[in-house]
Amino acid sequence: MKVDTPDPPSTPLPASILSQGPNLIVSIHAALDDEQLVRLQRELLDLVGRNRSRGVLIDVGALDVLDSFAARTLGDLAYMAGLRGARTVVVGIAPEVAMALVRLAMRLPLTQTALDLEEGLAWLGS
Amino acid sequence: MTQQDRSHQPQDVGSTMSDDHQTEDRRTEEDQTVEDQTVEDQTMEDQTMEDQTMDDQTVRRRGQDERGASDPAGEASQESRVRQDDDDALLPELVSHLRDHRTSLRQQWAERITQAHLLSSMTAQEVFTEATSVYDNYVEVLKTGSVQALKHYARDLSERIIPRGVETHEVVGIVLLLRDVLARSLFEKYREDFELLNRVLDAYEPAANRIANTVAVSFVEQRERVIRDQQDALLELSTPVLQVRERLLILPIIGVLDTPRAQQLTEQLLHSIRTHRAKLVVIDITGVANVDEAVANSLVDTVTASRLMGADVIITGLSSEIAQTLVTIGVDLSKMHTVGDLQGGIEEAERQLGFRVMKVPDEG
Repeated sequence: MKVDTPDPPSTPLPASILSQGPNLIVSIHAALDDEQLVRLQRELLDLVGRNRSRGVLIDVGALDVLDSFAARTLGDLAYMAGLRGARTVVVGIAPEVAMALVRLAMRLPLTQTALDLEEGLAWLGS
Repeated sequence: MTQQDRSHQPQDVGSTMSDDHQTEDRRTEEDQTVEDQTVEDQTMEDQTMEDQTMDDQTVRRRGQDERGASDPAGEASQESRVRQDDDDALLPELVSHLRDHRTSLRQQWAERITQAHLLSSMTAQEVFTEATSVYDNYVEVLKTGSVQALKHYARDLSERIIPRGVETHEVVGIVLLLRDVLARSLFEKYREDFELLNRVLDAYEPAANRIANTVAVSFVEQRERVIRDQQDALLELSTPVLQVRERLLILPIIGVLDTPRAQQLTEQLLHSIRTHRAKLVVIDITGVANVDEAVANSLVDTVTASRLMGADVIITGLSSEIAQTLVTIGVDLSKMHTVGDLQGGIEEAERQLGFRVMKVPDEG
Protein backbone atom coordinates (compact mmCIF):
# COMPACT_ATOMS: atom_id res chain seq x y z
CA MET A 1 0.00 0.00 0.00
CA LYS A 2 1.35 3.33 -0.97
CA VAL A 3 1.31 5.71 1.88
CA ASP A 4 1.05 9.23 0.54
CA THR A 5 3.57 11.29 2.38
CA PRO A 6 1.83 14.15 4.11
CA ASP A 7 3.07 17.68 3.74
CA PRO A 8 5.62 18.53 6.39
CA PRO A 9 3.33 19.41 9.30
CA SER A 10 3.27 23.09 9.98
CA THR A 11 2.77 22.52 13.68
CA PRO A 12 4.12 19.57 15.57
CA LEU A 13 1.52 17.39 17.16
CA PRO A 14 0.95 18.26 20.81
CA ALA A 15 1.56 14.62 21.57
CA SER A 16 4.63 12.46 21.96
CA ILE A 17 4.96 8.85 20.92
CA LEU A 18 7.57 6.92 22.88
CA SER A 19 8.70 3.39 22.34
CA GLN A 20 9.12 1.39 25.50
CA GLY A 21 10.10 -2.21 24.90
CA PRO A 22 7.27 -3.87 23.05
CA ASN A 23 4.90 -1.02 23.78
CA LEU A 24 4.19 2.41 22.37
CA ILE A 25 3.35 5.10 24.85
CA VAL A 26 1.39 8.03 23.50
CA SER A 27 1.12 11.05 25.71
CA ILE A 28 -1.28 13.76 24.61
CA HIS A 29 -0.35 17.14 26.04
CA ALA A 30 -3.14 19.34 24.81
CA ALA A 31 -6.47 19.12 23.07
CA LEU A 32 -6.13 17.91 19.49
CA ASP A 33 -8.29 19.17 16.69
CA ASP A 34 -9.87 16.75 14.25
CA GLU A 35 -7.11 17.00 11.68
CA GLN A 36 -4.45 16.41 14.31
CA LEU A 37 -6.33 13.41 15.63
CA VAL A 38 -6.40 11.83 12.21
CA ARG A 39 -2.70 12.56 11.82
CA LEU A 40 -1.97 10.98 15.19
CA GLN A 41 -4.00 7.94 14.24
CA ARG A 42 -2.10 7.49 11.00
CA GLU A 43 1.35 8.00 12.54
CA LEU A 44 0.59 5.66 15.38
CA LEU A 45 -0.69 2.85 13.16
CA ASP A 46 2.36 3.33 11.01
CA LEU A 47 4.64 2.99 14.02
CA VAL A 48 2.81 -0.07 15.33
CA GLY A 49 3.65 -1.82 12.10
CA ARG A 50 7.21 -0.56 11.99
CA ASN A 51 8.07 -1.39 15.61
CA ARG A 52 6.02 -4.59 15.70
CA SER A 53 4.55 -3.29 18.92
CA ARG A 54 2.50 -5.56 21.17
CA GLY A 55 0.76 -2.83 23.08
CA VAL A 56 -0.31 0.80 22.79
CA LEU A 57 -0.93 3.03 25.77
CA ILE A 58 -2.63 6.37 25.25
CA ASP A 59 -2.45 8.83 28.12
CA VAL A 60 -5.21 11.45 27.98
CA GLY A 61 -4.64 12.68 31.51
CA ALA A 62 -3.87 16.21 30.34
CA LEU A 63 -7.21 16.58 28.58
CA ASP A 64 -10.15 18.11 30.35
CA VAL A 65 -12.36 17.72 27.29
CA LEU A 66 -12.88 14.74 25.07
CA ASP A 67 -15.41 15.37 22.35
CA SER A 68 -17.36 12.75 20.48
CA PHE A 69 -15.04 12.76 17.50
CA ALA A 70 -11.99 12.28 19.70
CA ALA A 71 -13.69 9.48 21.59
CA ARG A 72 -14.64 7.72 18.39
CA THR A 73 -11.19 8.19 16.88
CA LEU A 74 -9.59 6.68 19.98
CA GLY A 75 -12.03 3.78 19.80
CA ASP A 76 -11.26 3.26 16.11
CA LEU A 77 -7.57 3.52 16.82
CA ALA A 78 -7.78 0.80 19.46
CA TYR A 79 -9.65 -1.43 17.07
CA MET A 80 -7.22 -0.81 14.18
CA ALA A 81 -4.20 -1.33 16.42
CA GLY A 82 -5.81 -4.56 17.59
CA LEU A 83 -6.10 -5.65 13.95
CA ARG A 84 -2.37 -5.06 13.58
CA GLY A 85 -1.64 -7.08 16.71
CA ALA A 86 -1.31 -4.46 19.44
CA ARG A 87 -3.55 -4.22 22.50
CA THR A 88 -4.57 -0.68 23.34
CA VAL A 89 -5.32 0.88 26.67
CA VAL A 90 -6.49 4.43 27.30
CA VAL A 91 -5.38 5.81 30.65
CA GLY A 92 -5.89 8.93 32.74
CA ILE A 93 -9.46 9.84 31.87
CA ALA A 94 -10.41 12.61 34.28
CA PRO A 95 -13.57 12.23 36.37
CA GLU A 96 -15.24 15.13 34.56
CA VAL A 97 -14.38 13.65 31.19
CA ALA A 98 -15.74 10.27 32.23
CA MET A 99 -18.98 11.88 33.40
CA ALA A 100 -19.31 13.82 30.18
CA LEU A 101 -18.67 10.77 28.02
CA VAL A 102 -21.28 8.78 29.90
CA ARG A 103 -23.79 11.58 29.86
CA LEU A 104 -23.39 12.00 26.13
CA ALA A 105 -24.06 8.27 25.89
CA MET A 106 -20.68 7.69 24.29
CA ARG A 107 -18.91 4.51 25.08
CA LEU A 108 -15.37 3.70 24.25
CA PRO A 109 -16.24 0.34 22.77
CA LEU A 110 -13.58 -2.31 22.67
CA THR A 111 -11.27 0.04 24.48
CA GLN A 112 -9.60 -0.97 27.67
CA THR A 113 -9.22 1.87 30.14
CA ALA A 114 -7.04 2.19 33.22
CA LEU A 115 -6.53 4.72 35.94
CA ASP A 116 -3.06 5.91 35.05
CA LEU A 117 0.19 5.08 33.30
CA GLU A 118 1.25 2.59 35.94
CA GLU A 119 -2.01 0.69 35.79
CA GLY A 120 -2.00 0.75 32.03
CA LEU A 121 1.50 -0.66 31.82
CA ALA A 122 0.60 -3.34 34.36
CA TRP A 123 -2.32 -4.35 32.17
CA LEU A 124 -0.18 -4.36 29.02
CA GLY A 125 2.46 -6.44 30.79
CA SER A 126 0.01 -9.03 32.07
CA MET B 1 -31.81 28.63 54.07
CA THR B 2 -30.27 31.95 53.20
CA GLN B 3 -30.39 31.17 49.54
CA GLN B 4 -34.14 30.54 49.75
CA ASP B 5 -34.70 33.68 51.73
CA ARG B 6 -32.96 35.59 49.06
CA SER B 7 -35.02 34.01 46.34
CA HIS B 8 -38.20 35.00 48.12
CA GLN B 9 -37.11 38.52 48.80
CA PRO B 10 -37.58 40.06 45.35
CA GLN B 11 -41.14 38.78 45.15
CA ASP B 12 -42.07 40.37 48.44
CA VAL B 13 -40.46 43.64 47.56
CA GLY B 14 -42.16 43.63 44.18
CA SER B 15 -45.63 43.13 45.57
CA THR B 16 -45.25 45.76 48.27
CA MET B 17 -43.91 48.22 45.77
CA SER B 18 -46.82 47.79 43.40
CA ASP B 19 -49.21 48.17 46.33
CA ASP B 20 -47.53 51.36 47.37
CA HIS B 21 -47.71 52.67 43.85
CA GLN B 22 -51.40 52.09 43.62
CA THR B 23 -52.13 53.91 46.82
CA GLU B 24 -49.79 56.67 45.85
CA ASP B 25 -51.45 57.11 42.48
CA ARG B 26 -54.82 57.37 44.06
CA ARG B 27 -53.52 59.82 46.61
CA THR B 28 -52.05 62.13 43.99
CA GLU B 29 -55.27 62.11 42.03
CA GLU B 30 -57.14 63.18 45.07
CA ASP B 31 -54.54 65.71 45.98
CA GLN B 32 -54.91 67.44 42.64
CA THR B 33 -58.64 67.88 42.95
CA VAL B 34 -59.18 68.47 46.63
CA GLU B 35 -55.98 69.53 48.20
CA ASP B 36 -57.45 71.20 51.23
CA GLN B 37 -59.90 68.36 51.63
CA THR B 38 -57.22 65.78 52.25
CA VAL B 39 -55.98 67.60 55.26
CA GLU B 40 -59.45 67.80 56.64
CA ASP B 41 -60.07 64.15 55.90
CA GLN B 42 -56.92 63.26 57.70
CA THR B 43 -57.94 65.05 60.83
CA MET B 44 -61.38 63.61 60.55
CA GLU B 45 -60.04 60.11 60.26
CA ASP B 46 -57.84 60.68 63.24
CA GLN B 47 -60.81 61.87 65.16
CA THR B 48 -62.80 58.82 64.28
CA MET B 49 -60.02 56.57 65.37
CA GLU B 50 -59.37 58.36 68.60
CA ASP B 51 -62.92 59.04 69.52
CA GLN B 52 -64.37 55.59 69.43
CA THR B 53 -67.28 56.34 71.67
CA MET B 54 -68.69 58.92 69.31
CA ASP B 55 -71.41 57.68 67.05
CA ASP B 56 -69.90 56.73 63.71
CA GLN B 57 -72.84 57.92 61.73
CA THR B 58 -72.64 61.41 63.16
CA VAL B 59 -68.98 61.72 62.46
CA ARG B 60 -69.45 60.67 58.91
CA ARG B 61 -72.31 63.05 58.37
CA ARG B 62 -70.30 65.85 59.83
CA GLY B 63 -67.42 64.99 57.52
CA GLN B 64 -69.77 65.09 54.56
CA ASP B 65 -71.08 68.46 55.58
CA GLU B 66 -67.64 69.90 55.94
CA ARG B 67 -66.68 68.59 52.56
CA GLY B 68 -69.81 69.88 50.95
CA ALA B 69 -69.25 73.33 52.39
CA SER B 70 -65.67 73.86 51.31
CA ASP B 71 -65.80 72.02 47.98
CA PRO B 72 -65.78 74.30 44.94
CA ALA B 73 -66.19 71.48 42.35
CA GLY B 74 -69.38 70.42 40.51
CA GLU B 75 -72.18 68.31 41.90
CA ALA B 76 -71.62 65.03 40.09
CA SER B 77 -67.88 64.82 40.73
CA GLN B 78 -68.49 65.87 44.29
CA GLU B 79 -70.89 63.00 44.75
CA SER B 80 -68.38 60.40 43.59
CA ARG B 81 -65.60 61.99 45.54
CA VAL B 82 -67.61 62.02 48.70
CA ARG B 83 -68.23 58.34 48.21
CA GLN B 84 -64.56 57.76 47.60
CA ASP B 85 -63.63 59.62 50.75
CA ASP B 86 -66.37 57.83 52.58
CA ASP B 87 -64.96 54.48 51.55
CA ASP B 88 -61.59 55.57 52.87
CA ALA B 89 -63.27 56.51 56.10
CA LEU B 90 -65.17 53.25 56.26
CA LEU B 91 -62.16 51.12 57.08
CA PRO B 92 -61.24 53.02 60.28
CA GLU B 93 -64.88 52.80 61.23
CA LEU B 94 -64.80 49.06 60.58
CA VAL B 95 -61.65 48.73 62.62
CA SER B 96 -63.17 50.50 65.58
CA HIS B 97 -66.22 48.29 65.32
CA LEU B 98 -64.06 45.18 65.35
CA ARG B 99 -62.08 46.54 68.29
CA ASP B 100 -65.20 47.23 70.28
CA HIS B 101 -66.53 43.74 69.78
CA ARG B 102 -63.18 42.06 70.10
CA THR B 103 -64.10 39.75 72.97
CA SER B 104 -67.37 38.44 71.62
CA LEU B 105 -66.17 38.05 68.03
CA ARG B 106 -63.02 36.30 69.12
CA GLN B 107 -65.02 33.95 71.29
CA GLN B 108 -67.38 33.26 68.42
CA TRP B 109 -64.50 32.55 66.12
CA ALA B 110 -62.77 30.18 68.53
CA GLU B 111 -66.05 28.30 68.90
CA ARG B 112 -66.44 28.03 65.15
CA ILE B 113 -62.90 26.69 64.88
CA THR B 114 -63.65 23.99 67.42
CA GLN B 115 -66.95 23.16 65.75
CA ALA B 116 -65.24 22.75 62.40
CA HIS B 117 -62.66 20.43 64.01
CA LEU B 118 -59.83 22.59 62.76
CA LEU B 119 -56.50 22.78 64.59
CA SER B 120 -57.42 19.53 66.30
CA SER B 121 -53.79 18.96 67.18
CA MET B 122 -53.79 22.00 69.46
CA THR B 123 -55.43 22.43 72.86
CA ALA B 124 -58.38 24.76 73.28
CA GLN B 125 -56.18 27.14 75.25
CA GLU B 126 -53.61 27.27 72.47
CA VAL B 127 -56.28 27.77 69.86
CA PHE B 128 -57.66 30.67 71.85
CA THR B 129 -54.24 32.27 72.28
CA GLU B 130 -53.44 31.95 68.59
CA ALA B 131 -56.92 33.16 67.72
CA THR B 132 -56.38 36.26 69.82
CA SER B 133 -53.13 37.19 68.16
CA VAL B 134 -54.45 36.38 64.69
CA TYR B 135 -57.50 38.51 65.41
CA ASP B 136 -55.40 41.47 66.56
CA ASN B 137 -53.13 41.16 63.57
CA TYR B 138 -56.13 40.92 61.31
CA VAL B 139 -57.61 44.12 62.67
CA GLU B 140 -54.21 45.79 62.49
CA VAL B 141 -53.90 44.95 58.81
CA LEU B 142 -57.41 46.20 58.13
CA LYS B 143 -56.40 49.45 59.79
CA THR B 144 -52.99 50.02 58.22
CA GLY B 145 -53.53 48.15 54.97
CA SER B 146 -49.97 46.85 55.22
CA VAL B 147 -49.63 43.10 54.99
CA GLN B 148 -45.90 43.25 55.73
CA ALA B 149 -46.32 42.79 59.48
CA LEU B 150 -48.89 40.09 58.91
CA LYS B 151 -46.47 38.28 56.63
CA HIS B 152 -43.91 38.16 59.41
CA TYR B 153 -46.51 37.04 61.87
CA ALA B 154 -47.82 34.36 59.49
CA ARG B 155 -44.29 33.09 58.99
CA ASP B 156 -43.73 32.90 62.72
CA LEU B 157 -47.06 31.22 63.20
CA SER B 158 -46.27 28.68 60.48
CA GLU B 159 -42.91 27.94 62.05
CA ARG B 160 -44.67 27.25 65.31
CA ILE B 161 -47.54 25.16 64.05
CA ILE B 162 -46.03 23.19 61.17
CA PRO B 163 -44.13 20.90 63.55
CA ARG B 164 -47.44 20.33 65.33
CA GLY B 165 -48.80 18.76 62.18
CA VAL B 166 -51.21 21.52 61.22
CA GLU B 167 -52.37 21.14 57.64
CA THR B 168 -52.74 23.80 54.98
CA HIS B 169 -56.51 23.40 54.81
CA GLU B 170 -56.74 24.11 58.55
CA VAL B 171 -54.84 27.36 58.33
CA VAL B 172 -56.83 28.52 55.32
CA GLY B 173 -59.96 27.30 57.07
CA ILE B 174 -59.49 29.34 60.23
CA VAL B 175 -58.69 32.52 58.33
CA LEU B 176 -61.77 32.06 56.17
CA LEU B 177 -63.81 31.40 59.31
CA LEU B 178 -62.61 34.64 60.83
CA ARG B 179 -63.48 36.42 57.62
CA ASP B 180 -66.91 34.86 57.82
CA VAL B 181 -67.46 35.72 61.47
CA LEU B 182 -66.46 39.34 60.93
CA ALA B 183 -68.58 39.65 57.80
CA ARG B 184 -71.58 38.33 59.71
CA SER B 185 -71.08 40.88 62.44
CA LEU B 186 -70.96 43.57 59.77
CA PHE B 187 -74.21 42.30 58.27
CA GLU B 188 -75.68 42.44 61.74
CA LYS B 189 -74.57 45.96 62.28
CA TYR B 190 -75.53 47.51 58.95
CA ARG B 191 -78.56 45.49 58.03
CA GLU B 192 -80.76 48.60 58.29
CA ASP B 193 -78.94 50.41 55.55
CA PHE B 194 -78.35 48.18 52.55
CA GLU B 195 -76.53 50.87 50.59
CA LEU B 196 -74.09 51.45 53.40
CA LEU B 197 -73.63 47.72 53.96
CA ASN B 198 -72.63 47.34 50.34
CA ARG B 199 -70.01 50.02 50.68
CA VAL B 200 -68.74 48.57 53.92
CA LEU B 201 -68.35 45.22 52.23
CA ASP B 202 -66.62 46.90 49.29
CA ALA B 203 -64.05 48.18 51.71
CA TYR B 204 -63.87 45.04 53.80
CA GLU B 205 -63.78 42.28 51.20
CA PRO B 206 -60.58 43.20 49.34
CA ALA B 207 -58.69 43.71 52.57
CA ALA B 208 -59.99 40.45 54.00
CA ASN B 209 -59.13 38.58 50.82
CA ARG B 210 -55.65 39.99 50.87
CA ILE B 211 -55.20 38.85 54.43
CA ALA B 212 -56.45 35.33 53.72
CA ASN B 213 -54.19 35.21 50.70
CA THR B 214 -51.16 36.41 52.65
CA VAL B 215 -51.61 33.94 55.47
CA ALA B 216 -52.14 31.00 53.13
CA VAL B 217 -49.18 31.90 50.94
CA SER B 218 -46.90 32.44 53.93
CA PHE B 219 -47.92 29.10 55.36
CA VAL B 220 -47.31 27.23 52.13
CA GLU B 221 -44.01 29.04 51.58
CA GLN B 222 -42.87 28.09 55.04
CA ARG B 223 -43.85 24.50 54.40
CA GLU B 224 -42.00 24.41 51.12
CA ARG B 225 -38.98 25.91 52.82
CA VAL B 226 -39.02 23.10 55.37
CA ILE B 227 -39.26 20.53 52.60
CA ARG B 228 -36.42 22.11 50.66
CA ASP B 229 -34.23 22.28 53.75
CA GLN B 230 -34.81 18.62 54.36
CA GLN B 231 -33.99 17.80 50.77
CA ASP B 232 -30.76 19.73 51.00
CA ALA B 233 -29.89 18.04 54.26
CA LEU B 234 -30.55 14.68 52.68
CA LEU B 235 -28.34 15.48 49.75
CA GLU B 236 -25.55 16.61 52.02
CA LEU B 237 -25.79 13.60 54.28
CA SER B 238 -25.69 11.63 51.12
CA THR B 239 -23.02 9.15 50.55
CA PRO B 240 -19.67 8.39 52.00
CA VAL B 241 -17.16 6.65 49.78
CA LEU B 242 -15.12 4.41 52.04
CA GLN B 243 -11.91 2.55 51.50
CA VAL B 244 -12.01 -0.89 53.10
CA ARG B 245 -8.91 -2.46 51.58
CA GLU B 246 -6.08 -1.10 49.56
CA ARG B 247 -7.60 -0.11 46.22
CA LEU B 248 -11.07 -1.28 47.22
CA LEU B 249 -13.85 1.24 47.86
CA ILE B 250 -17.34 0.69 49.10
CA LEU B 251 -20.23 3.02 48.41
CA PRO B 252 -23.35 2.30 50.43
CA ILE B 253 -26.34 4.11 48.96
CA ILE B 254 -29.26 4.78 51.30
CA GLY B 255 -32.50 6.54 50.52
CA VAL B 256 -33.95 7.82 47.32
CA LEU B 257 -31.72 7.81 44.29
CA ASP B 258 -32.90 10.48 41.88
CA THR B 259 -31.07 12.00 38.97
CA PRO B 260 -29.35 14.91 40.77
CA ARG B 261 -28.24 12.66 43.57
CA ALA B 262 -27.05 9.97 41.17
CA GLN B 263 -24.98 12.57 39.40
CA GLN B 264 -23.49 13.97 42.57
CA LEU B 265 -22.75 10.46 43.72
CA THR B 266 -21.05 9.50 40.47
CA GLU B 267 -18.91 12.59 40.62
CA GLN B 268 -17.89 11.87 44.18
CA LEU B 269 -17.12 8.27 43.36
CA LEU B 270 -14.98 9.14 40.35
CA HIS B 271 -12.90 11.59 42.35
CA SER B 272 -12.48 9.03 45.09
CA ILE B 273 -11.38 6.46 42.55
CA ARG B 274 -8.66 8.83 41.48
CA THR B 275 -7.49 9.80 44.96
CA HIS B 276 -7.55 6.26 46.34
CA ARG B 277 -6.31 4.73 43.08
CA ALA B 278 -9.13 2.25 43.38
CA LYS B 279 -9.30 -0.83 41.20
CA LEU B 280 -12.62 -2.07 42.49
CA VAL B 281 -15.74 -0.44 43.86
CA VAL B 282 -18.56 -2.21 45.66
CA ILE B 283 -21.82 -0.27 45.41
CA ASP B 284 -24.36 -1.48 47.92
CA ILE B 285 -27.97 -0.55 47.19
CA THR B 286 -29.64 -2.43 50.04
CA GLY B 287 -30.86 0.91 51.40
CA VAL B 288 -32.38 2.13 48.16
CA ALA B 289 -36.11 1.89 48.61
CA ASN B 290 -37.12 1.95 45.02
CA VAL B 291 -35.31 1.12 41.84
CA ASP B 292 -36.98 2.18 38.64
CA GLU B 293 -35.72 2.56 35.13
CA ALA B 294 -34.12 5.95 35.74
CA VAL B 295 -32.27 4.73 38.81
CA ALA B 296 -31.11 1.59 37.03
CA ASN B 297 -29.86 3.62 34.10
CA SER B 298 -28.02 6.03 36.33
CA LEU B 299 -26.38 3.05 38.01
CA VAL B 300 -25.31 1.76 34.61
CA ASP B 301 -23.87 5.22 33.89
CA THR B 302 -21.99 5.20 37.17
CA VAL B 303 -20.52 1.81 36.36
CA THR B 304 -19.56 2.88 32.85
CA ALA B 305 -17.90 6.05 34.07
CA SER B 306 -16.00 4.11 36.72
CA ARG B 307 -14.78 1.68 34.08
CA LEU B 308 -13.51 4.61 32.03
CA MET B 309 -11.48 5.52 35.09
CA GLY B 310 -10.12 2.00 35.19
CA ALA B 311 -12.12 0.75 38.17
CA ASP B 312 -14.49 -2.20 38.03
CA VAL B 313 -17.76 -2.10 39.91
CA ILE B 314 -19.59 -4.79 41.83
CA ILE B 315 -23.20 -4.04 42.74
CA THR B 316 -24.64 -5.70 45.80
CA GLY B 317 -27.89 -5.72 47.71
CA LEU B 318 -30.40 -6.12 44.90
CA SER B 319 -33.49 -7.39 46.70
CA SER B 320 -35.70 -9.98 45.05
CA GLU B 321 -38.39 -7.36 44.41
CA ILE B 322 -35.91 -5.08 42.73
CA ALA B 323 -34.50 -7.92 40.66
CA GLN B 324 -38.01 -8.79 39.50
CA THR B 325 -38.81 -5.16 38.74
CA LEU B 326 -35.66 -4.70 36.72
CA VAL B 327 -36.33 -7.79 34.64
CA THR B 328 -39.97 -6.82 34.15
CA ILE B 329 -39.21 -3.31 32.93
CA GLY B 330 -36.44 -4.68 30.80
CA VAL B 331 -33.37 -2.87 32.07
CA ASP B 332 -30.24 -4.47 30.77
CA LEU B 333 -27.86 -5.07 33.64
CA SER B 334 -26.03 -7.89 31.93
CA LYS B 335 -22.83 -5.88 31.77
CA MET B 336 -22.92 -5.26 35.50
CA HIS B 337 -21.29 -7.49 37.97
CA THR B 338 -23.78 -8.16 40.76
CA VAL B 339 -23.40 -10.12 43.97
CA GLY B 340 -26.12 -10.90 46.50
CA ASP B 341 -25.09 -8.97 49.56
CA LEU B 342 -22.38 -6.60 50.74
CA GLN B 343 -20.38 -9.34 52.43
CA GLY B 344 -20.37 -11.42 49.28
CA GLY B 345 -19.40 -8.36 47.28
CA ILE B 346 -16.45 -7.54 49.50
CA GLU B 347 -15.30 -11.17 49.51
CA GLU B 348 -15.50 -11.31 45.74
CA ALA B 349 -13.59 -8.04 45.47
CA GLU B 350 -10.91 -9.28 47.84
CA ARG B 351 -10.54 -12.39 45.77
CA GLN B 352 -10.13 -10.34 42.61
CA LEU B 353 -7.58 -8.09 44.26
CA GLY B 354 -5.65 -11.06 45.61
CA PHE B 355 -6.44 -10.69 49.27
CA ARG B 356 -7.10 -13.71 51.36
CA VAL B 357 -8.86 -13.16 54.67
CA MET B 358 -8.45 -15.93 57.22
CA LYS B 359 -9.79 -16.44 60.67
CA VAL B 360 -6.99 -16.83 63.19
CA PRO B 361 -7.69 -19.72 65.53
CA ASP B 362 -7.94 -18.66 69.17
CA GLU B 363 -4.82 -19.18 71.19
CA GLY B 364 -5.67 -21.32 74.19
